[in-house]
Amino acid sequence: MSGSLRKPEPLIFELSRPGRGATAQHPAAEPGGEVPAGYRRRGLPPLPEVSELQAVRHYTRLSQLNFGIDTHFYPLGSCTMKYNPRACNALAMLPGFLGRHPLADAATGQGVLGCLFELQEMLKDVTGMAGVSLTPMAGAQGEFAGVAMIRAYHRARGDLTRTEIIVPDAAHGTNPATATMCGMKVREIPTRPDGDVDLAALDAALSPATAGIMLTNPSTLGVFERRIVEIARKVHDAGGLLYYDGANLNAILGKARPGDMGFDVIHMNLHKTFSTPHGGGGPGSGAVGVGQWLLPHLPVPVVGREGERYRWLDERDLPDTIGRLSGFMGNTGVLLRAWVYMRILGAAGMRRVAEYSTLNANYLLARLVEAGFEAACPGRRASHEFIVTLRREARQLGVTAMDFAKRLLDHGYHAPTTYFPLLVPECLLIEPTETETREELDGFVEALIAIRREAATDAAAVKAAPHTMPVRRLDDVRAARQLDVAWKPEVA
Amino acid sequence: MSEIPADLRYTKSHEWMRTLPDGTIEIGITDHAQQSLGDLVFVEVPESGRKLAAGDTCAVVESVKAASDVYSPLAGEVAAGNPALATQPELINKDPYGSGWILRLKPLAGASAGGLDAAAYAAVAASGG
Repeated sequence: MSGSLRKPEPLIFELSRPGRGATAQHPAAEPGGEVPAGYRRRGLPPLPEVSELQAVRHYTRLSQLNFGIDTHFYPLGSCTMKYNPRACNALAMLPGFLGRHPLADAATGQGVLGCLFELQEMLKDVTGMAGVSLTPMAGAQGEFAGVAMIRAYHRARGDLTRTEIIVPDAAHGTNPATATMCGMKVREIPTRPDGDVDLAALDAALSPATAGIMLTNPSTLGVFERRIVEIARKVHDAGGLLYYDGANLNAILGKARPGDMGFDVIHMNLHKTFSTPHGGGGPGSGAVGVGQWLLPHLPVPVVGREGERYRWLDERDLPDTIGRLSGFMGNTGVLLRAWVYMRILGAAGMRRVAEYSTLNANYLLARLVEAGFEAACPGRRASHEFIVTLRREARQLGVTAMDFAKRLLDHGYHAPTTYFPLLVPECLLIEPTETETREELDGFVEALIAIRREAATDAAAVKAAPHTMPVRRLDDVRAARQLDVAWKPEVA
Repeated sequence: MSEIPADLRYTKSHEWMRTLPDGTIEIGITDHAQQSLGDLVFVEVPESGRKLAAGDTCAVVESVKAASDVYSPLAGEVAAGNPALATQPELINKDPYGSGWILRLKPLAGASAGGLDAAAYAAVAASGG
């Protein structure tokens, strides 16, 4: 980012001057067409009036202010902000894919259906599940589909007493939200200081009302649940099902399979693990996988194969489906990117994803502990991410995790996740991913050491960071208390 | 260190209880809890008449860092939620044991405030719980 760009870019409305315009792109004057007179607008819409070059410069400048994976290390824990190979994008943008109409006959789209079928098969293989549906449009929708299938399974057996979902306190906030959206009651159980689920608390929570348990493994504490097989046995013995939140699938890709651990249903964030667009608020993909006994409830459509032909399976093929979650086949463009990614890597490449994301996390953890930072789960090996707590720095120097996070921006690093999970005070949740070099990781460690040194001598400088960004420290409390998210032009 | 008044009762989940002259129990979150949460930006208080079992979620407090449930320490019926918190969530930060109260509960017959005394709660807060 060059020095001249370190100032806020005005809103395009603020650049507007009455009467200015860009005639080259101007649509031909509409005579009114088919819209009845009573429904036509009486004045022009209050759009900004700028020249074409002004519009080009404005949006180019905005794009140059981006602080993202293409410009900076982005170790946002539990988000897997890894690099998306350009090839995934290029191949998913082939004209045959782009131009296909979702209502076109399956006979004319055997290529795209074949890709989606293969993607279903590869996801089944890598997770150890019996069936996959690609239709959920995002992680939250995948979670919803998963718990809806658990509910459908119990109802289909005529068991209407199972109304509780058990969620460990280390879980993503989306887990209890999902259970509640599906009409379940949430039972929270504590996590032990070493990061594993408290089995005694699990025993106490299990009952004939247990519909299932939602687990993330490795957990949001960045450690692998060591007694997962025992947990699965306990939950199954109580008549409940196990739901796997795929947020951290990157750590175990090709190394361990949720299906083998005893999970009955899983959602996968293709935008995390399988390198599709992430971080822009969509479009996402929350594909779901299930064990044999949940197959009838998969959301439709699913791609089926009959001989050499592919076709959409819908409500006629799966009458006990939980239904549709999207108008057509989820975000097909995103699914194609995941297919390309998996085909480029192959099984061996996916194992290397898990190995290098884990190696990078453990290298970073070891270096930070060596430098005197405090690990949240001392003695535990990191999975693909880990937690450092800055409670000592906050107490002794008065500099918080948020201050460290803001100062990192000045050093050229996006901040890790802060204050999550809630169990750990003053925490940074750090996930380097497999796509970073050792030099980048070393630079990040040096930056954190430099900030701590600065905090000891000039805490005010750290607390006022960032100093080099176009926007300085925001008053996030005021922003939340006095919400103002809609800018309205002054209409003359 | 945070303030822990000696005349109140406490829970491990950082609620405080004060028995009012008419027998209702006033409930809020502790100074330690508001410090851990940071500046509050939203509080959801329960409606009068809602029946609560001990351990039920009775309110939600949200800061820029986190949203947390507040649990009812005992069974009863909500006599009042603090209406001022709708526009001034910061009352909990400024005065957690006074104007920042969250709800008043008419305890179910037989239910008593119970909980921890100030010394026992101080130990909970100090352990980082």
